Amino acid sequence: MRIVVCIKPTPEGSELAISPETGTLEREKGDLIINPFDLYAVEEAIKIKEKQKEVEITGIAMAPPKGDSALREALALGCDRTILLTDREFAGADTLATSRTLAKAIDKLGFDLVICGMKSTDGDTAQVGPGIAEFLDISHVSWVSSILELGEKMVVKQMLEDCYREVEVGLPCLITVTKEINDPRLPSFKNKLKAKKAEIETWGLENLGLNPQECGLKGSPTRVVKTAHPSYRKEVEFVDEKGFIEELEEWRIL
Amino acid sequence: MVLIVGEERQEKIAPITYDLIGEGKELAEKIEEGVDCAYIGNRKNAGELLHYGLDRVFLLESDEFIEEEGASSLASLIEKIKPTIVLIGATNRGRSLAPRLAVKLETGLTADCTGLEINEKGEFLQIRPAFGGNVMATIVTKTLPKMATVRYKVMDRAHRTDEKSGSIQDVEPVPYNKKKILNLYPIEERGDITEAEIIISGGKGLGKKDGFKLIEEFANVLGGVVGASRKAVDDGWIDYSHQVGLSGRTVKPKLYIACGISGSVQHLAGMQTSEHIVAINENEAAPIFKVADVGILGDLYEIIPRLIDEVEEYRKKMGS
Ligand SMILES: Cc1cc2nc3c(=O)[nH]c(=O)nc-3n(C[C@H](O)[C@H](O)[C@H](O)COP(=O)(O)OP(=O)(O)OC[C@H]3O[C@@H](n4cnc5c(N)ncnc54)[C@H](O)[C@@H]3O)c2cc1C
Ligand SMILES: Cc1cc2nc3c(=O)[nH]c(=O)nc-3n(C[C@H](O)[C@H](O)[C@H](O)COP(=O)(O)OP(=O)(O)OC[C@H]3O[C@@H](n4cnc5c(N)ncnc54)[C@H](O)[C@@H]3O)c2cc1C
Repeated sequence: MRIVVCIKPTPEGSELAISPETGTLEREKGDLIINPFDLYAVEEAIKIKEKQKEVEITGIAMAPPKGDSALREALALGCDRTILLTDREFAGADTLATSRTLAKAIDKLGFDLVICGMKSTDGDTAQVGPGIAEFLDISHVSWVSSILELGEKMVVKQMLEDCYREVEVGLPCLITVTKEINDPRLPSFKNKLKAKKAEIETWGLENLGLNPQECGLKGSPTRVVKTAHPSYRKEVEFVDEKGFIEELEEWRIL
Repeated sequence: MVLIVGEERQEKIAPITYDLIGEGKELAEKIEEGVDCAYIGNRKNAGELLHYGLDRVFLLESDEFIEEEGASSLASLIEKIKPTIVLIGATNRGRSLAPRLAVKLETGLTADCTGLEINEKGEFLQIRPAFGGNVMATIVTKTLPKMATVRYKVMDRAHRTDEKSGSIQDVEPVPYNKKKILNLYPIEERGDITEAEIIISGGKGLGKKDGFKLIEEFANVLGGVVGASRKAVDDGWIDYSHQVGLSGRTVKPKLYIACGISGSVQHLAGMQTSEHIVAINENEAAPIFKVADVGILGDLYEIIPRLIDEVEEYRKKMGS
């Protein structure tokens, strides 16, 4: 079975570098790590490999060249191969362009199962997984909290707000996994060292046979036109318990 | 036209549908167009939606929501009726369906919006939190239709009227046979906080698990339910289903009382649209006071018992 895991290199930490003057993101700063939600995707692939014969795991990321650090982490965890999709033309992609580029690479690799994280901690859209599936014209199940069966077909548990569903889907397919699915392992020191020295395969626009109009900023129908810190305008009024009762009365709560 | 995509959960209309209709109408008024609804579910519910002042209800009859089927059928509908804006719930079902649909239509999709505006230039501005709520991003789409998923409980809901309007038109289903729903297990919505009118939340400032007993007592006196910050949940003081915020529930009650909660951006993301906010905190500089209408400064273990007494006394005085 050929498993492809989509790994987004994301800035470390939840406190991001945001320029206080302009309110824009200082994305150049800091190291890139595996999007924390993608650790569950990598772990699930490794668990499948431990249980089944002839499983090959390829980790794939679209990122600037320094995104290789995240793929090294993936190698250290147990991916057999990693590919970094990197090209100036890929920069500024929204989820449509990101999904298209990743789908093209996944198609080129060949696959039976694609595993994505449920969302990223930066862009935070949860759109790339289902988007890839549509480009590949395969089924997908989002929010998978457990794989119940995996053979010719797979049966998974999908978490929705009001229920969970047992969904049977034929392979090839794509799943996005939630934090409930497993407990990601840590890489061993030895594997970390090995991964440090590994050669990371990179593919650019030409390897994928994509047109520059279809990728990056040019291939993206959405634009982030403004970023700002959330702002709050209210003027608080400090009161004592009598004041509290008066307010509740005024609001027609009492 | 503005097209909203209604959602069905276990044969019932999901409440996000009414949020979408409400917001859809507001936008439609500004661009001087009408509002259609595409509904994936049963005919009875589609009929019910005729009471919400829609122009048309397009029904994709289905027993079981299948993303691939929904995306194919809606794509043909959208190509036919050519709406300018398409709104879908930022729910687990909606966020699974919408990206497939956007790819089919080769258009932009903005995720999990908490604000939608039309500016003076007639541009459709889509506002959404990203980076764990640390950033509010404004996004525009240059293709048509402009698609967005909308977070539950942040928009003003549409109200039911006795009159009916519009009619139901059937959408051609595009059956999909590579996926089957074998079983569905309902999750008991025990103490669901999203529908509550009054929420009393406790945070790390409670200092101990037992603190929630006081919060519960306070909630009982006011007829509300108990909410919590993530720190309180992470410390195992209370179940995750009570968590308010970015990675918990978004709530919009009439009254939200935050007790011993500092007011991180992530917590605020889940409750700042509440109608009235009261904060009880010993630190005057706590950011929760930036969103609160009313603040009470001091130790919550002294304040809350006094508030409980006052409410009970008030009730006695008013004879109820
Ligand atoms: C503030 C801000 C807001 C944005 N809002 C939107 C928006 O509303 N709509 C929109 O179309 N774009 C938006 N974008 C752009 C979007 O973040 C990028 O397209 C990004 O490359 C992918 O989206 P995501 O981070 O949301 O990933 P998600 O869709 O949340 O990621 C889900 C999974 O897909 C896989 N994946 C995602 N990206 C990659 C990657 N580069 N390489 C490998 N695997 C990957 C991972 O498995 C990941 O867990 C926004 C960007 C910013 C900075
Ligand atoms: C990606 C991400 C998602 C997150 N999602 C959520 C989320 O969904 N919900 C959420 O809540 N958080 C979330 N967080 C965590 C958030 O950043 C904060 O850590 C959390 O909200 C803090 O909880 P708190 O206010 O209870 O604790 P603290 O920040 O520790 O605040 C405790 C407050 O209690 C006050 N206090 C202490 N003792 C007393 C007393 N005796 N009387 C009165 N006041 C007292 C203190 O002055 C302080 O203001 C998220 C974080 C990240 C990075």
